[in-house]
Amino acid sequence: MAQENWAFVCDADDLVPDTGACVLINNEQVAIFWESKTDTLFALSNYDPLGCANVISRGILGSLGDDLVIASPLYKQHFSLATGQCMEDAQYCLKTYQVRRIDGRVQLLLEENITR
Amino acid sequence: MKKQKILVIGNGMVGHHYVDQLAAKNLPVEITVIGGETRPAYDRVHLSDFFAGRKPEELALTTRDYYRDIGVQAHFGDPVVRIERENRKVITVAGQVFHYDKLVLATGSYPFVPPIPGADLPGCLTYRTIDDLGEIRAEAKSSKIGVVVGGGLLGLEAANALKNLGLETHVVEFAPQLMGVQLDSGGGEMLRRKIDALGVKVHTGKATKTIKKGSQTRLSMNFADGESLDTDLIVFSAGIRPYDQLAHDADLKVGERGGFEIDFNCRTRDTNIFAIGECASFGNRIFGLVAPGYRMAEAAISQLTDEPIPFQGADMSTKLKLLGVDVGSIGDAISKTPGSIAYTFSDQREDVYKRLIVSKDNKYILGAVLVGDCSDYDGLLQYYLNKIELPENPESLILPATSNSTPLIGASALPDAAIICSCHNVSKGAIINALDAGCCSLGDVKTATAASTGCGGCAALLKNVIDGELSARGMEVNSAICEHFNHSRQELFDILRSKEIRTFHQLLDEHGQGHGCDVCKPAIGSMLASLWNDHILDNSLVGLQDTNDIYLGNMQKDGTYSVVPRVPGGEITPEKLIVLGEVARDFDLYTKITGGQRVDLFGAQLHELPSIWQRLVNAGFETGHAYGKAMRTVKSCVGSSWCRYGVQDSVGMAIRVEERYRGLRSPHKIKLAVSGCTRECAEAQSKDVGIIATEHGWNLYLCGNGGMRPRHADLFATDLDDETLIKYIDRFMMFYVRTADKLQRTSVWLENMEGGLDYLKTVIIEDKLGIGEELERQMNYLVDTYQCEWKTTLENPEKLKRFRHFVNEEIGDDQLSYIYERGQRRPATAAEREQRKSTLSNNTISITELSGRG
Ligand code: SRM
Ligand SMILES: Cc1cc2nc3c(=O)[nH]c(=O)nc-3n(C[C@H](O)[C@H](O)[C@H](O)COP(=O)(O)OP(=O)(O)OC[C@H]3O[C@@H](n4cnc5c(N)ncnc54)[C@H](O)[C@@H]3O)c2cc1C
Ligand code: SF4
Ligand code: FES
Repeated sequence: MAQENWAFVCDADDLVPDTGACVLINNEQVAIFWESKTDTLFALSNYDPLGCANVISRGILGSLGDDLVIASPLYKQHFSLATGQCMEDAQYCLKTYQVRRIDGRVQLLLEENITR
Repeated sequence: MKKQKILVIGNGMVGHHYVDQLAAKNLPVEITVIGGETRPAYDRVHLSDFFAGRKPEELALTTRDYYRDIGVQAHFGDPVVRIERENRKVITVAGQVFHYDKLVLATGSYPFVPPIPGADLPGCLTYRTIDDLGEIRAEAKSSKIGVVVGGGLLGLEAANALKNLGLETHVVEFAPQLMGVQLDSGGGEMLRRKIDALGVKVHTGKATKTIKKGSQTRLSMNFADGESLDTDLIVFSAGIRPYDQLAHDADLKVGERGGFEIDFNCRTRDTNIFAIGECASFGNRIFGLVAPGYRMAEAAISQLTDEPIPFQGADMSTKLKLLGVDVGSIGDAISKTPGSIAYTFSDQREDVYKRLIVSKDNKYILGAVLVGDCSDYDGLLQYYLNKIELPENPESLILPATSNSTPLIGASALPDAAIICSCHNVSKGAIINALDAGCCSLGDVKTATAASTGCGGCAALLKNVIDGELSARGMEVNSAICEHFNHSRQELFDILRSKEIRTFHQLLDEHGQGHGCDVCKPAIGSMLASLWNDHILDNSLVGLQDTNDIYLGNMQKDGTYSVVPRVPGGEITPEKLIVLGEVARDFDLYTKITGGQRVDLFGAQLHELPSIWQRLVNAGFETGHAYGKAMRTVKSCVGSSWCRYGVQDSVGMAIRVEERYRGLRSPHKIKLAVSGCTRECAEAQSKDVGIIATEHGWNLYLCGNGGMRPRHADLFATDLDDETLIKYIDRFMMFYVRTADKLQRTSVWLENMEGGLDYLKTVIIEDKLGIGEELERQMNYLVDTYQCEWKTTLENPEKLKRFRHFVNEEIGDDQLSYIYERGQRRPATAAEREQRKSTLSNNTISITELSGRG
């Protein structure tokens, strides 16, 4: 089994419950969210493909039916936190990342071949 | 096909309705209208608003341009003097000649001036046209005492006007009681008591013999009983007479009380000539109200189509507020019907009088009189109009409400044919159709059917019908704000307030489901702010804040922010202006003067906001809340301190209210303006709260709106002193904050309010709900707990941590791209970015590369 490559991106206390924060890793902007009711972290691309700006981390968290979603702050389209799928327009899907919190440190899982 | 020439004489309310409705039908006709007055049709029903500050343009029902646009030829100020039936032409005073195929007489009526010697002296006036009112106003300036001759409906309206103009006011009535046409003697007596109590002196049973020049006053009236009364001006309102002079030369028949005689097709004895409105006599009756006139217009138009509808007479029931006294009269109010039974209720302590006249068999209402309390009017009228069978004890309908009394008659019990709005003849069936066609609110139905856009008297009933229909369809009044809460905004507000809930999580746990969303979160964040005023970036609140609030700036299309410091009243010192310039220059911010009299600095990145604001706060600026659904700006004109026309210090007042209400979060944004005189340079009448200086204080206008659907603000109260002004605004704003729907501007809120402006007045001025002090207390709490959100943020390192583009790098967004234009930068368009990509080998352009250009 290949060694998993988890990279430290920020401290847990850089995050505020039920909001997002943006980190830069390997030249990619990644939005990390802390959903407090389920105490889960999610990570998605920070680029809003409809509004064409790097702003996803600044949206509002919530749920639509059973899906946890983030609403883009620009034009309010919703993206599934789990899959990145845009709810209003099927052709858009944000890239998602695996994220975890260990000992107060937030880590992202990097693709095999990239290193920080 | 050759077009029929339709010629309309008279451009009053009914003549205009005819033209407007006919033009909308797209029939093969050519319409010409000749108006005797110099101005196109205006709203005579609301004529008295002229004295409350409504300008002639605002009373207008149409304009010359509008007529031109709909293809109607219109001529004003040149009355017709003769009809030549045999040649089918008419001739005007100035000798113009117009031919017709069909002629429509809509000449209305004129005030009757009794043939009393001296009734033509200067100072003797009438009350019918805008010009009449202009004369009354001019004459009142040099008068102390005013007399109205005639104690009917219009006379009392005129008396109210004289009283408001500051005159000692008398009403002289020939008959032994007031409003003899609409009220029985008991009702008339109660009305008289109430009017006396208001300081208007009522003289009944008085016949005026002569009018002479006075010695101390301009005029002196002598009565048949030997008494006399000194006065400066007299307004005659002793009934109306139809303008039917054209009948004589043309040999058309007139009715017993005058008026062109018409049949149920609204035709005179010449089938090519119609008569409609107050100049027409139908069954020897003249209908002195606008709704019957409109029905005649519609009947007359239908004669030109394949589907003629007859005019069948009209109901003359009326409900009014005369000198602040509620008066209602339905059907046979004076029990003329043989065998009728009357029930009377009279309460001399509350000054309420009610009388119900029912048929011999006790089954149907024939008429009713209400003085002092009209709350039963709508219900009784529906019983009357729809011949609904009465309950066993009809008197219960007029007895005072007991603790668990129910409304007179449920809207759902009304037949579809029931007319809900008589001004616009809208039946319950038409309202149901509008709902079927997709309307789902009071506002929608008003727009679709015109119901409740006339006198407004039907507003409460209309709302009941709509609510009843919606809930019957199960699509009930779904006012739940989103899938997470089964409550309306107002209900949530009450829950938060009564249970003193201060966090979203508590509310969601106790009253909601799911996780919340971008609809409920900001709405609840706003309510929490309106109630408790905690800092919106506190950890428990920050996740609720919308796009702009969450970083205390307005997000722009590229994800950068704008910075708008508060400039109260638009007044700014040169030093502060220089600071704005320096900050903008140092951070290379695009700078623009806003429509709200302040300066907007655009293009700040998230991580730059704290340094920018630190410099602004140091220079004495505060946040302008341009990012919030909150009190925005108070626009002002320069006012009396410099302007040669100003009558009050508008800038001073603007600063006072801006500093009072700054930071107030509300269902939608709130804008105010203060003008120093009626020239209105601050455009206050387009604001949620508009304040216009008068010589005696301030006039308050409410619920105006610019934006997508402009609405002029309504005049709410006049000549207020500073303290009363503030008190009313406090109450108004908190009442709006409590009861409006989310994202509902004050304009839409008012339009959807049952009872409309009058209701709002009873809540705010008369404090009918008894919540006035509580609303003021809440406002005072917010004023006392105000903090500049930016200043607090700058003092708190934890909060500042969020103002970074990357939490793990000390740089900004590296993918922004700008173009310099007219000396400043703006975001590059998509095409410009593409072009850049291809010309530069580097595929990202950083802002640092670009700064310094331009
Ligand atoms: C900056 C400014 C335009 C300007 O360059 O002059 C402006 C800019 C915006 N307006 Fe405005 N409005 C500005 C004056 C106005 C005015 C004029 C006024 O206030 O005298 C109006 C019409 C008056 C009114 O509101 O009744 C106005 C009617 C709107 C509306 C329509 C509101 C409506 O009820 O129809 C919106 C949309 C909304 O609020 O939902 C809007 C929304 C916006 C937003 C917030 C759009 C957005 O969501 O990004 C703009 C962002 C401002 C920013 O980024 O800083 N803006 N906007 C003006 C700021 C005034 C200020 O000093 O705060
Ligand atoms: C102060 C006041 C308050 C009122 N309040 C109410 C109310 O609350 N509810 C209600 O239902 N009604 C009310 N009315 C009555 C209502 O205004 C009239 O019923 C309505 O205006 C009648 O419309 P009309 O077109 O028939 O006549 P008008 O509106 O009088 O219009 C007739 C027009 O024809 C013009 N004209 C006359 N002769 C000629 C000619 N020879 N050539 C060319 N033009 C000519 C006149 O100058 C006039 O402009 C009120 C009236 C007044 C004065
Ligand atoms: S509104 Fe009146 S006081 Fe104000 S600037 Fe205009 S003219 Fe002068
Ligand atoms: S009854 Fe006058 S507006 Fe409806």
